[in-house]
Amino acid sequence: MEETLTPEQLLDMYYYMKLTRLVEERLQRLYRQGKIVGGLYRSLGQEGESVASAYALEAGDFLAVMIRNLGALFVRGVRPWEIFTQYMGKGTSPTRGKDNIVHFGSVERGIIPPISHLGDLIPVMAGIALASKMQRKRSVALTYIGDGGTSTGAFHEGLNFAAVLKLPLIVIAEDNGYAYSTPKHKQMAIENIADRAIGYGIFGETVDGNDVIAVYQATRRAIRRAREGLGPTLLEVKTFRMRGHAEHDDAWYVPRELLEYWQKRDPILRLETYLKEHGLADETTFEEITRRIEQEIEADLRYAEESPMPDPQIALEGVYAEPPSLHEISSISREPEVKARS
Amino acid sequence: MPVLTYLEAIRQGLWEEMERDERVFLLGEDIGVYGGAFKVTEGFLERFGEERVIDTPISEAAIVGAAIGAALVGLRPVAEMQFIDFISIAFDQLTNFAAKCRYRWGAAVPIVVRGPCGGGVHGGPFHSQNVEAYFFHTPGLKIVEPATPYDAKGLIKAAIRDDDPVLYFEHKYLYRRIRGEVPEDDYIVPIGKADVKRPGRDVTILTYGWMLHKSLEAAEIVAAEGIEVEVVDLRTLLPLDDETILSSVAKTGRAVIVHEDTRTGGIAGEIAMRINERIFEYLEAPVVRVTAPDTPIPFSPPLEEFFLPQVEEIVQAVRWVANY
Repeated sequence: MEETLTPEQLLDMYYYMKLTRLVEERLQRLYRQGKIVGGLYRSLGQEGESVASAYALEAGDFLAVMIRNLGALFVRGVRPWEIFTQYMGKGTSPTRGKDNIVHFGSVERGIIPPISHLGDLIPVMAGIALASKMQRKRSVALTYIGDGGTSTGAFHEGLNFAAVLKLPLIVIAEDNGYAYSTPKHKQMAIENIADRAIGYGIFGETVDGNDVIAVYQATRRAIRRAREGLGPTLLEVKTFRMRGHAEHDDAWYVPRELLEYWQKRDPILRLETYLKEHGLADETTFEEITRRIEQEIEADLRYAEESPMPDPQIALEGVYAEPPSLHEISSISREPEVKARS
Repeated sequence: MPVLTYLEAIRQGLWEEMERDERVFLLGEDIGVYGGAFKVTEGFLERFGEERVIDTPISEAAIVGAAIGAALVGLRPVAEMQFIDFISIAFDQLTNFAAKCRYRWGAAVPIVVRGPCGGGVHGGPFHSQNVEAYFFHTPGLKIVEPATPYDAKGLIKAAIRDDDPVLYFEHKYLYRRIRGEVPEDDYIVPIGKADVKRPGRDVTILTYGWMLHKSLEAAEIVAAEGIEVEVVDLRTLLPLDDETILSSVAKTGRAVIVHEDTRTGGIAGEIAMRINERIFEYLEAPVVRVTAPDTPIPFSPPLEEFFLPQVEEIVQAVRWVANY
């Protein structure tokens, strides 16, 4: 039985996709103005799959994003000021300036941040799924991997581990054409990443990643199986990276025809067309949503810009638990017999 | 008080923690049905069930990664590396994921990764290594290596209760060769505290693991010559117990650092530097080290014996600093 989306849900997803795009467009301006620190990684063209897959999750589930899944974070409750402060390295950012971009989250919010090493999130999310199973919870764990990231050992170890233990894990494999400058055919000798699922003995499915309804429904199927104890799913979404790896990269190596092909299949345009054709929305609706988002962005950006940079001393904090360890049930510290020089 | 082997003490500590706290669980290769390659977890599957004693595929990155994930959401996993050499496969998960979670986003990763380290059993280049130096350089991790049954039990319990990722290195040469009194009750050996295993006023030996026992032998030999050696068992390698180390060396004015690990970039270098920076005026002699040479650990018995630091080398180093 296919899960259908209500008009409200569709408009909700539209809001998150548009929010993602407009926040990134603003980031791009800030980047050119030299107002953000470090690189900018856009998800232009991929907003649909990120939003739709995260939208399929429920409270209590766990999400771990990669760099092009900003939309998924917004669905889970992240607000633009968090992104702006992260990119600006501000003291008010979720990591207090210790890490950048989408590298933040909290267990309470159900958001596990990535590290830059591709594939490493899959074993970690398998562990969260394992805990969920051990604690008899309904929670599932969902994470993403790009076509390039599937070449790593961690991808294989994590998926195989989750398969053997039948863990409630959903891995969204994003085929977006390129890993930095390397096309997919130089990453793998297969056409569809989901074909690998057969080798692990798990469910695999390939969907049009720019069709948000298809992505949502496929993710819901995967989640339902996971909750029923049927194990992991490798869900492949076909999409395209419409910008370079990061903004410094003009992606000269991507053929123009490919960009033109995918431009016509832009996920936001497609959802707009769908909503209009089904009489669920019109241009006014889209304009209103856009205006609302622009206001939200302005307010959040002002907060980020007015925020102070972090106190340099913060660099020394938080390496270990404070106080050092719970196990120190008795103190046996004593004065050194000599005064050591600092 | 009951006398246990080093291995039995580890097992008892693990067992008690699993009895005490249902969040504690084990995962690793061949640890359940088979009871572990060295039988550390023998009998655990029968007592605690396959949900808490998980036999995994041969996937060190997945074992440690899954332990991290489970720890993030409140469990207390203890992951076994069948031989500690294989921890290299989980290097990313430990150094980039586990070690940096708290710093980056305030998340606790209370995992223990334990496994047999060290040489002396002709295990060859891939079943005999000491891997502490790879991780000693990683802020956010803790490293312990007990040398006695008492410390083995107390440290495994402390490691499991610790809120940071702890690497627990157990020396396979000591597993069944070293016995000692181990209290039946609940106690812990605090992480970050070294222990003076033999007091003395002339020379300090700073060491850990199997080399503690060789150092104690060396101390006995030079005692007959009138050199009183203080032997400090580091027990925790990260963070080092500066207080105990510096107090002892300031008292004796002479230090020999002994480790089984290879020389360059080993922990001895860091300890010597701390002594140099903080109590240089107290020194009566240069700080010296006795370590394995900078080679892989060889297989054949004569080669391995030549590679491993021997009691005679420690004796000579002690004499040299004593007579400087």
